[in-house]
Amino acid sequence: MFGYVIRRLLAAIPIALGVSMVCFALVYLAPGDPIQTLLPPDADAETVERLKRLYGLDRPIVIQYAEWLYRVATGDFGRSIANGRPVIEEIQRSLGNTVLLAFLSVLVAFSIAFILGTIAGRKSGTWIDRAVTGVAVLGVSIPNYWLAIVLVIIFSVELMLLPSSGTAGDTFDPTSWEHIQYLILPVITLSMIPVGIIARTTRSAVSEVMNQEFVVTLRANGLPEWRVLKHAIKNALPPVLAVMGLQFGTLMGGSILVETVFAWPGSGYLLSKAILTRDVPVLQGTILVLAMIFVVTNLAVDLFQSTLDPRIRRG
Amino acid sequence: MTTRRLASLCAGFALLATLAAPPAKAQETVLRVAMTAGDIPLTAGIPDQGFEGWRFVGYNLYDALVLWDLSRGDVAADIKPGLASSWAIDPNNNRRWIFNLRRDVKFHDGSPMTAADIVWNFQRFTQESAPQFNARQFAFARAYLGNYEGIEAVDDYTIAITTKQPDSLLPYNMSFLMMVSPRRSAEVGNDADAFARNPSGTGPYRFSRMVPGERLELVRNPDYWDRTRIPRHDRLILLPMPEASTRTAALLSGQVDWIEAPAPDAIPRLRSSRMQIVTAPYPHNWAYQLNFVDGPFADVRVRRAANHALNRADFREMLGGVALESFANLPPSAPYYGNPRRYEYDPARARALLREANCLPCRVTFAISTSGSGQMQPLPMNELVKSQLEAAGFQVTLQTMDWNALLQVGREGRERHQGVHGINISRSLQDPFNGMFRFVWSRQAAPAGSNWGHYRSAEMDALIDQALATFDPAARLALLTQVHEKMSEDAVMLWVVHDLNPRAMSPRVRGFVQAQSWFQDLTPITIAPR
Repeated sequence: MFGYVIRRLLAAIPIALGVSMVCFALVYLAPGDPIQTLLPPDADAETVERLKRLYGLDRPIVIQYAEWLYRVATGDFGRSIANGRPVIEEIQRSLGNTVLLAFLSVLVAFSIAFILGTIAGRKSGTWIDRAVTGVAVLGVSIPNYWLAIVLVIIFSVELMLLPSSGTAGDTFDPTSWEHIQYLILPVITLSMIPVGIIARTTRSAVSEVMNQEFVVTLRANGLPEWRVLKHAIKNALPPVLAVMGLQFGTLMGGSILVETVFAWPGSGYLLSKAILTRDVPVLQGTILVLAMIFVVTNLAVDLFQSTLDPRIRRG
Repeated sequence: MTTRRLASLCAGFALLATLAAPPAKAQETVLRVAMTAGDIPLTAGIPDQGFEGWRFVGYNLYDALVLWDLSRGDVAADIKPGLASSWAIDPNNNRRWIFNLRRDVKFHDGSPMTAADIVWNFQRFTQESAPQFNARQFAFARAYLGNYEGIEAVDDYTIAITTKQPDSLLPYNMSFLMMVSPRRSAEVGNDADAFARNPSGTGPYRFSRMVPGERLELVRNPDYWDRTRIPRHDRLILLPMPEASTRTAALLSGQVDWIEAPAPDAIPRLRSSRMQIVTAPYPHNWAYQLNFVDGPFADVRVRRAANHALNRADFREMLGGVALESFANLPPSAPYYGNPRRYEYDPARARALLREANCLPCRVTFAISTSGSGQMQPLPMNELVKSQLEAAGFQVTLQTMDWNALLQVGREGRERHQGVHGINISRSLQDPFNGMFRFVWSRQAAPAGSNWGHYRSAEMDALIDQALATFDPAARLALLTQVHEKMSEDAVMLWVVHDLNPRAMSPRVRGFVQAQSWFQDLTPITIAPR
């Protein structure tokens, strides 16, 4: 097992290199550069050139990349071109905000979806199954930025129960309503897509397991239905966990729209800003860290799966 | 008996507690503002995030030698004394300006402001070898120091600035240069990022705290040198919210008191919730700079035809009334507006002009952006321009790009983009140089300046040189008016609308006067109790 983990982590290195190289190249292939939005529109081209020199952006791309890589290898992500702040601080802060949102959203989604999916899987083919499938399809289909706006209109503008955007502005305190209230609408919005996907996966996994022979055997041995279900759920869990892990990874980098609507200072928002301003150090650092989170999340899910189901052997 | 004793003991304690408690603290009054910026503007001197940065951070934390008089809404804002109480051109040298500094100004860290501090700040902007030199401040300042040659401290409270050529407009440029505290900069080893986290200026607000990317909090500076502008609220909270619907929801739900630029279609809803909507003309235009060398706009008849082809009332309607039809470069409230040629909607005349210029259908290409500072609603507005121009005989291709890429096209000038016949970059027209000269002065031809399409006219150059060398305000005003009228005569741009810069605020916000400017004074605002 230990050797397997080490091998998987080592395999992340070429992934990281590939991701950072593609990202670096894409930024330089697109028109525009970091200096354009750094300067007021009125600045002349000579100022642009002088500033490029001062920031070291006039050197060949390969050298810039190599230097960036060397610095990252020594733990230095550099400074944002747009605001001069250390990239690692920007990532820590925004990633912390996004992990909070993504973790809570997946937790909420999993709790709801697993119950719905299990009920639907057991009652496969009945109206309950169809109703749950309907809810799942709705969850996946509703554009979440639209849902975000609707929730804001209802709960913030009309009922004035919850804040419409932002954070409490300090380090998150899970015991303070002042802090928690800012999370509710974004978490509900973000959990809708995973609810749909996890419910559908759970439904098909449970319904497949329920038709297997060992279930018939358990029933024939006179086991009560709840214990039969316990065994069935244990067998249905691995694919559901795999999907959950992927959803967490997706939410980590893919909630740009929701973060924009709620002015939530997370990693999606940071990325979109970095793209618009071609802030290469921030872009590179964030994408690298997100890629690594994806790799680690998948590894964690794999390990958890094999713990749950010893049949999943790892070499 | 025991019960009674207990009760009296309790009563005694209660009385003691009441007496010992500090007197009820007066409620802190807070003004919360939602900005359109995606991040907190830079706090280390001259801000970024366009003029919004100047409006909310620059002029609140800092002062310049010269400030803008934002106390009136009925006239276009003009400059007034700032850190310099007066200025005059040297009677013996028309390239040397003398600025007399105030003697009662202190930085927020307590150090007094003297001529040496101003010289130190100019070195921060311009002198690469100085330890306090800052590349970003250099880049921001450069647009205002094109004619700057040098600075000297004449005595503790007098400085002299020399220019490369006579420049009667120099005081306007000085209004954009924020002065920071040398003492604080030294304390943080001249590290601009460390300074930005604990800045010290001379402005009406002091820095309180910042959560990067989320909020900036400033507090009243009770020792501000201009006693009439000490803020009438205790705290100012600035929140970046780039999405218009998010800002609107934040105002309606009571999370903020003030929002910049609500979406035009949200204005009726805001009004129905008793929110105050304020609009005012200010020096902004949404226009196209044209290519005077390559393609059809080299012919003045084609440029005039395009200006006659637009029905600007339609744009005003599309924008919910928060725009002013633009027939010339400046809004009519500008002091040097004059009596420019008026390009009324007349598609038949436009077609006749195109026929006369032998360009029918007349194929043109515009570079436009999907968003950007001051760009209003670029996509639907450009589509409307295209359909109206095409109805009058043009054939329009829109080259759409993101804001960053369009800025690059704008800076590089027509030479590198000969297939582009016009660029749609909204401009600020805050002063005569930025509002007119830079677009039509041959010395400003891109990439050296903002004359993107290389307009050249010996007559225009002569007028500009003369205006720069005229230090009598009345005589200069006449020359500036001539420049503006000639810009219209030559149809140097395709003008569409001036933004009316709507902002919405809660009914609790009192005492705000909307100046005809990009900048606004927040200090007189009071917040009524809930």
